[in-house]
This record gives sequence, structure tokens and C-alpha cells, in this order.
Amino acid sequence: MIKVFKYCFLDLIRSRWTIVYLLFFILTCGGLLYLSGDSAKVVVSLMNVVILLVPLISMIYGMMYMYQVRDYVEILLAQPISRKSIFGGYVLGLSAALSVSVALGILIPLAFYDAPQIMSAQWLMLTAISILLTVIFSILASWLVLANENRLKGFGLGLFIWLLLAVIYDGIFLVTLIALEGFPIERLALSLTLLNPVDMGRVLLIFQLDYSALMGYTGAVFEKFFGTLSGSLIIGGAYLLWISIPLGFLLRKARKKDF
Amino acid sequence: MNKDLVVILIVLVWSAAASAKEWEVGSSQAVASISQAIEDASPFDTICVNAGSYTHTSAVIINKPLTLIACGDVSIIAAKNAGIFEVRADSVTISGFTLLNVEKSYTKDLAAIWVDYATHFTLTENTIRDCFFAIFCTKSKNGYIAENNITGNAVQEHSSANAIHLWYCDSMTVANNMVEHHRDGIYLEFTDNSTISGNMSRHNLRYGLHFMFSNDDLYEQNTFTYNGAGVAVMFSDHIAMVDNHFLENWGRASYGLLLKEIYDSKIEGNLFEKNTTGIFSEGSSRVAFTENTFEGNGWALRMRGSSMDNEVSQNNFVANSFDVATDAKKDHNTYLRNYWDNYEGYDLDKDGLGDVPHRPVNLFSYLVSRIDESIILLRSSFIEVLNFAEKVAPAVTPTNLIDEQPLMKPTYNHD
Repeated sequence: MIKVFKYCFLDLIRSRWTIVYLLFFILTCGGLLYLSGDSAKVVVSLMNVVILLVPLISMIYGMMYMYQVRDYVEILLAQPISRKSIFGGYVLGLSAALSVSVALGILIPLAFYDAPQIMSAQWLMLTAISILLTVIFSILASWLVLANENRLKGFGLGLFIWLLLAVIYDGIFLVTLIALEGFPIERLALSLTLLNPVDMGRVLLIFQLDYSALMGYTGAVFEKFFGTLSGSLIIGGAYLLWISIPLGFLLRKARKKDF
Repeated sequence: MNKDLVVILIVLVWSAAASAKEWEVGSSQAVASISQAIEDASPFDTICVNAGSYTHTSAVIINKPLTLIACGDVSIIAAKNAGIFEVRADSVTISGFTLLNVEKSYTKDLAAIWVDYATHFTLTENTIRDCFFAIFCTKSKNGYIAENNITGNAVQEHSSANAIHLWYCDSMTVANNMVEHHRDGIYLEFTDNSTISGNMSRHNLRYGLHFMFSNDDLYEQNTFTYNGAGVAVMFSDHIAMVDNHFLENWGRASYGLLLKEIYDSKIEGNLFEKNTTGIFSEGSSRVAFTENTFEGNGWALRMRGSSMDNEVSQNNFVANSFDVATDAKKDHNTYLRNYWDNYEGYDLDKDGLGDVPHRPVNLFSYLVSRIDESIILLRSSFIEVLNFAEKVAPAVTPTNLIDEQPLMKPTYNHD
């Protein structure tokens, strides 16, 4: 698995598109820092970029890559290597390469602009959430590729999952809140947030950015949740589930699939 | 006739001044205690308290018009379960003292200086530390409270009191004081025709300034910062709030300025910066909001549906999360010629006024006013899409809440 991972990671990190991805983040982050000068405001702007673009690019790029290496994977499958190692290695390599791009893309401009800020909670949180979203959506992408021979169908499903989690979900969320107007729905709002990794990332960042005071009584309930150890454990668990369940699907598909 | 009266008055005042005697109080003086000096003095005398630390066994009652001055560093420590000065006569001056440690009490309003049924008193340049009430005036008139430095030790609202508390007073002046770490910084209850100016009120548990049932008052050029809930003006009318700074009142139940049942007042030239809510208005009518600047607040202006006939004009709205929020379907206030930093219109005829009207309430701020919980969707991509759609074709937000002539450039500069 380590060998496959190494091969995949090196292959990706040298790829032109990974460099473009890295440059895109360096330019966005550097440009925002240069133009605005206030790192707290930059985090807010970057947050919007991260929660929308990181899932999309991880999804599309991951699917492109996995469809591209299909033939090579089939040759690997003929070798005495377990399927788990092959696909595990690929998913690991894919998410590691993309994570490195995003993390460096955010942190390099910041290091040049204001190095001590790197250790501040809001930037760490932003980087951590970008990495988590990259990993989750890379795994989803690999699974979709395995599950769909038809590329068009695969890409269609991938785009739909992205649109669902990044945009449509919030619409359903809002409709639910409006429908239940007047009921005590803090807990419901909280659990609905936990069901979506994109929303979870957004809310975690908002709490880091001291927007929580805007939330009044509701914010108090939320902050109590996010502030306590059990809350943090639940969030960690939710992210872990979002990684392990698709990974489980992926590995099961890899094991059962008739190539 | 009138001339004679003036002459008589001048002679009277002159003779009174001429007869005024000065008393010295101190350990090396003939009179060692302040209460003894008050007993010995005749009206309009001056008592000069020499430097030193004085401890009392009970509150000092000033029952004749006297001037008490601290000559040097005079600190007075309160007795157990008692205040320090009780002013029960007109024309009393207390100046330059350091007053310490009035204990908290759940049954009595203990104060460092309590002024009761007195007029024309002057309280200046005192330093008051760790006292329950610092200055407490009841049923008094024409007082002048200035340049005092008041620091409390309030920890909890229910066991603390206010720095300057005026109850049923009239024509008072409270100027250039510094009040901090009390429950309310300055509290006016049933107090009319008064001026509050140039004070600094900060780190108070509840409100920096608190008005209740007080009419025809003016407060100007004060700074209110880091208070629990900002400034509250309630159940009052004809209040002028001019050139104040409301800064950093940030927290769940915090406001820069809370208006409740305020009528016929004006709010002019104030700066609201980094408050959770700049102004929260509930049931206010005929209030003019002009030339204020709202910068970096969560909500700049929250108008509850019960507020009507207010005029919001010439204000600057810069970098707020929400500019205006309302829960009303129909709005009964006027918004005209404000500067909105997120205005996207243009000005073809270059008259400084945008050619396209601006809608300050976006869909999300309306939703949040109705459903608290929906704030968890703050900065979601879906919400941005909705806001855009609503802006293009308003369906939910109050259609008549429009600034017909938004300014292209900010108007007013606060120093």
C-alpha cells in the first residue's frame, strides 16, 4: 500500500493541474491578504472559497484522475497485490496530494505576510477544514469512479453530490427551519449541521471567527455544544464517519467488483 | 425696581462671601473630625480637610450649605454598613476626596455620596473606589457632578449597584466623569432636563448609561465601551443623543444602544463600532437617526415592527454583517440618503445620489429576525444565491423599506 501510495502521490504532485491548484490558492490567499490587510477578514473570504471550491475541485479532479489511471490499475490488479492496498494507496495518494496543495496554497502566502498568524486558531481551523473536505470528497470521487463504468454518469453523480452538499442541502435545511418556526429547534439545527461536512466546516469556522455573538440565545446553545469536550468529540466523530463510511463503501466495491 | 433687586442681591452675596469662614480639619488641627467641623461651621463656610486617611464610625451628614475641599490626598474609608457623605442641604460642594469601601447592602442604598432633597450641589474631582453606589441623588435639583473617577468592584448584577444614580432629579449636569466596573455606569430614573456629557463609561456589568422614564435630557460626546449590554434608553421622550461613541459592546445580549418606547428624540452624529447590535429599536416613534456611522457591527440597526415614523437619513453603513433587520412585513419608517457600502447602483448624473433605490434589508436578515436558528446558515452559498434572487425580485422582504436616494459616498467623519 505504501508503494502504491508513494507512486500515486509523486505522480500527482508532479502533475501540472496540481500545481495550478496550488497556484490558484496562493494567488487567492495572497491577493486577499495583500488587498485587505486584515487577516480576520481574509479568513472569512477564504472560507467562502474553501467550502465551495475545495469539495468541487477534489471531486472533479479526483474523478478525472481515477478514470485516467483505470488501465494502469487493471495491470496492478494482475499482480499479487491485495485490492485493498491498491485502492487504499490510490485514495491516500490522491487526498494527500490535494491536501498538500490546499494547505500550502493557504499557508505559504500567510507565512510571507504574517508568519506568527499561522499558529492562530482561525487559520489552523481553516487549513484543517480544507484538508478534511479534500479527503472526504476524494474518497467519494474514487468510490463513484469504481461504482460507475460510464464516465458521464460518474461525473454527473459527482457533480450532483457536490451540489447537494454545498448548496441544495442548505435550502432543505432552511425550508425545514421555516416549517418548524416557533418550535424549539436548536437541537434539530445542530444535528442537521452535523449531517453535512460542508456545513459543519462552515459553522466551525464561524465560531472561530467570533460571529457566535451574533447568534444570540441560539448561539449560546450552539457554542455550549461546540465548546464542550463531548461536543468536540461528536464533531470529530461526525467527520470520522464521513471519512470511514465512504471509505468502507469504496473498499467493499473494490473487493467485490468484477474487473 | 428690578435694578434695586439686583443691588440687594449683590450686597447679600458679597456679605455672605465676606462672612464665610474657613475651617481646617486634620490630626494636627484643632478640629480632628469632619463631622465636628460641620457642626461648628456656619452656613457657606469652607472646610478644608488636610491630607491623611480618615475612618468614620458612621456616615457624615452635611445639613448646612458648606464647601468641603480635600487639601492634599484625603482618603475616607466608609464605616461598616454605612455610606460616607449624606448631603441634606442646598449648595453643598464636595471636591477632591478619595472615598473608599462602601459595603454592599441588600436592604439599604449605601452610597459614597448620597444627595437627598438638595439643590445646587457640586461634586467634583472625587475618586471613588470599591463602593456600592458611588454617587446617589434622590429628589434633587441643579446638581453638578463632574470629573469624578469612579471604579467599582461589581461581579454580579444582583449584588452590585450603579456608579452615578439619579432618581427623581431635575436639571442635573453629569460631565467628564469616568465610571467603570459597576452595574450601570450612569442611571437616570425619572430625571428630566439633564445633561450627560463627555463621560467615559466602560466595563460595567449591565448598561453604560441607562434611562428610565426620564424626559427632555441630552447626552453628548460620551464614550460607552465594553459594557455588558451597552446603553439602554427606555420609556422616555425628547432625548437628544449626540456625538457619542458606542464601541465594542459585543456579546449575546449586547447592544450599542437599546431603544424601548422612545418618542420624539434625536440620535445624531454618533459612532457605533463593533457592537453585536448597533441600535435595537423596539416601539420607538418619531425618532430621527441622522449622520450616525455604523461600522463593523453584527446588526447595524434592528428595527422591530413596533417602531414607526422614524427617520433614518444621512447615516453611513460600513462593513456590518447586516445593515438593517426588521421582522415586519410592512415598514413604517423612512430611509433616505444614507450611505450603504454594499450599494451596487450607479450615479449617471453625478449628483452624489444613486440613481437606483437600495434595499437595505436582505432576505437572510429578514429570515434571521423571524427564526433565530436560521443564523446557523450564515455565509452559506445557498443563502447568497437566495439573497441575490430576492434583491432582483423582492418577494418576502418589506417592499417599502427602500432608500430611494442612497448616497454614493460616506457623509460624516467621526474623529
